Amino acid sequence: MTAHSQVVAAPHVEEDAHAGQPQGVNTALLGMLLFIGSELMFFAGLFGAYFNTRATALGLGQPWPPSGLEDVIEPTIIPVVATIILVASSFTMQWGVSRIRRGDRTGMNRALAITLLMGIVFLVMQAYDYLSLVTEHGFGINSGIYGSLFFTMTGFHGAHVFGGVVGIAVILLRGVSGQFSAQHHVAVEAVSAYWHFVDIVWIALFATLYFLK
Amino acid sequence: MATTTLAPRAGAAAYPGRRAWIYEWLTTTDHKKIGTMYVITAFGFFLMGGIFALLIRSELAIPGVQFVDPETYNQLFTIHGTTMIFLFVMPMWTGLSNYIVPLQVGAADMAFPRINALSFWMIPLGGLLLYSGYAVGGAADAGWTGYAPLSEQSGAGVDLWIAALVLLGFSSVLGAINFIGTIFKMRAPGMTLMRMPLFVWNSLVTSVLLLFSLPVLTAGLMMLFIDRNYGGGFFDPAQGGNPILWQHVFWFFGHPEVYVLILPAFGVVTEIIPVFSRKPLFGYKAFVFATTAIGALGFTVWAHHMFTTGAVYLPFFSFFTFLISVPTGIKFFNWLATMWGGKLKIDTPMLYAMGFIALFLIGGLDGAFLAVVPFDFHVQDTYWVVSHLHYVLVAGSVFAIFAALFYWFPKMTGRMLNERMGKVQWLLLFIGTNLAFFPQHILGLDGMIRRIVDYAPNPGWTELNFLSTIGAFLIGLSVIPFLWNVFVTLRLPRTASDDPWDGNTLEWATTSPPPPYNFDVLPPIRSERPLFDLKHGAVAAHGVALPAVAGTTHDETRADAPEEFLGEPIEGHADQADAGDVQPGVSEVAPDALPHAERAAGETTDVKPKPKPRAKK
Repeated sequence: MTAHSQVVAAPHVEEDAHAGQPQGVNTALLGMLLFIGSELMFFAGLFGAYFNTRATALGLGQPWPPSGLEDVIEPTIIPVVATIILVASSFTMQWGVSRIRRGDRTGMNRALAITLLMGIVFLVMQAYDYLSLVTEHGFGINSGIYGSLFFTMTGFHGAHVFGGVVGIAVILLRGVSGQFSAQHHVAVEAVSAYWHFVDIVWIALFATLYFLK
Repeated sequence: MATTTLAPRAGAAAYPGRRAWIYEWLTTTDHKKIGTMYVITAFGFFLMGGIFALLIRSELAIPGVQFVDPETYNQLFTIHGTTMIFLFVMPMWTGLSNYIVPLQVGAADMAFPRINALSFWMIPLGGLLLYSGYAVGGAADAGWTGYAPLSEQSGAGVDLWIAALVLLGFSSVLGAINFIGTIFKMRAPGMTLMRMPLFVWNSLVTSVLLLFSLPVLTAGLMMLFIDRNYGGGFFDPAQGGNPILWQHVFWFFGHPEVYVLILPAFGVVTEIIPVFSRKPLFGYKAFVFATTAIGALGFTVWAHHMFTTGAVYLPFFSFFTFLISVPTGIKFFNWLATMWGGKLKIDTPMLYAMGFIALFLIGGLDGAFLAVVPFDFHVQDTYWVVSHLHYVLVAGSVFAIFAALFYWFPKMTGRMLNERMGKVQWLLLFIGTNLAFFPQHILGLDGMIRRIVDYAPNPGWTELNFLSTIGAFLIGLSVIPFLWNVFVTLRLPRTASDDPWDGNTLEWATTSPPPPYNFDVLPPIRSERPLFDLKHGAVAAHGVALPAVAGTTHDETRADAPEEFLGEPIEGHADQADAGDVQPGVSEVAPDALPHAERAAGETTDVKPKPKPRAKK
């Protein structure tokens, strides 16, 4: 050791090749959490639009939902079952994460496959719901502000569910080929965080659009 | 002694089997190359936006409609504003931060290098989308703010404008994630948050602002797109929508956005002033506080752009707007206190920094006027507003961008820009800026409305507008010496030393330009001026910063600098008991502590640094 104080740059740890400091949250997972933060603000913008429009209508003494559309959005069997499936899929996702944390690859793959299936079922049910809204009630994105809000908010949520389904499919394929272990599974953690976020947004959407109105 | 001793091996980059340079640049994930491409692209868009500005000012030189019809004029100011904000100032700051932030925190690259490349390549694509409006029968013409319902009615150019903004916004969000990841996860051992250079602090706050404000704009743009193309009713009162909603959504993004444009400028000026005053920064912690406070307050004032809509609670937004002048005032005070009694070196970067302080003050005071609700009602949508925003963006951001370019050019290229040409350029820009934008205050008070192709020949208006046009052309002219300066300098040999300004921060501890991996070794980081500590050892060691390496005092220090990464403790610091007794071994390897001028005298021959042995092998 020489007298002068040279500090060697942090050696590369295999797990996170780019992170100089191994404490705290993994760098890739931090990136996903920050991305979720920005997504949260995207939906906050949409919710802001909803409540601004609602408050404006109520302030002017107009009914909300607008007259003629009071009974279109109701918690009927399809949206309720879809909600139950999506919420349950968050639990199966977390089950998969806890399996791989213990090194159980088969258990994780099983849980991911179930989660993937539930996500797809949710999307199919949403598509069916859209179809029946358009055909039975003639309620579409151009049916005034109410239709614009409903289809934009649920549509962007659906797009995010689709993104999550793609993510789950990717980690499932990687899981099947045995790329994850108890130490190396940051992708699973990241997709799981995203999936929980999508689920929570849906709970807020469901409460707002179907019950609070 | 042309180099600092910590400079890594120069010329090590050449390895066999190298691909063509164009392939290297197109596929690079190196933060320095990406940063350079950002800077060049942004400067190209600066020239484009400048041409639009000169067309606007030419039309307004005298009353009457001379050579652009009103429709073209509307497109001109829309594309000028969008270009300057989204394609020039934002990418320019992202590029400079890309180059400098990893160096200043002692990292080898950004946290997500490939996402970094993705962010960059979205910028030219976004520009292409924006300008392709001209190919489909007219670019966007609703102003850079795109107010509904105007933006709902005009042609396909607005759709392309929406697409461009969504793309550029996504690029910025990814960039913000990258910067936050880099700053939180990649800092060198010993660099606690409260030892980060202030440019890094400003980048951090800027990134947080982008991360939480841009998605809201994206949501608004999506609503606008749905209204325009799918029969949506968000901003259409006939369908129960509300045009004011656009203003809420836009300005919820738009006000944090103005801090995105100016906070990096604050950061640059804060880096430059202590270096060229030969003094430590006055009030480091106050600067950190002020920066975060400006960032936080930035989310509370969006509706001060909407005073006249009658849809916002005026006292709240007026009060918070005034409140922002407190942290901003702290910064001004600290800059002046840093310069006070210093040994000022008036080189071009310092000249630009001082010009920034003087002129940004005018822009800031204009803003304080606008926070007064009755005054705002009087000057809403007049040239007063134009004057205010150009004083903060041209005299603010652009001055700081040139300060940064002159300051970091030797680091990026290994060559010093010509000082004399830099000063000529500064003079032209200084005079041009004031001539172009000061008369607009008076025009605004007189009630001249902005964004209109023609104006009445009222007493004084013609003269003031003509002055403003002359000023605009002087600003345009000032770019020529800069381009010439860069062109000439890049043809000269690499004579800049690694540390030409006698700087304080880590980017000056490596070669100019740095090798792809940035650092072989890092100096110990015990204060916010690690390089100064290295060069001037004992002088710099203020007691509080000392226990960093062997650290038992600061929990944070230990968390950030785990034992195993620190190598051996520094001799002379190993003993906790005499942590206060400072004669570290550091000074032994420091270059001679002569001021820059004397050291520079004998350089230019020996630019190749000696490879240093690693501390631990």
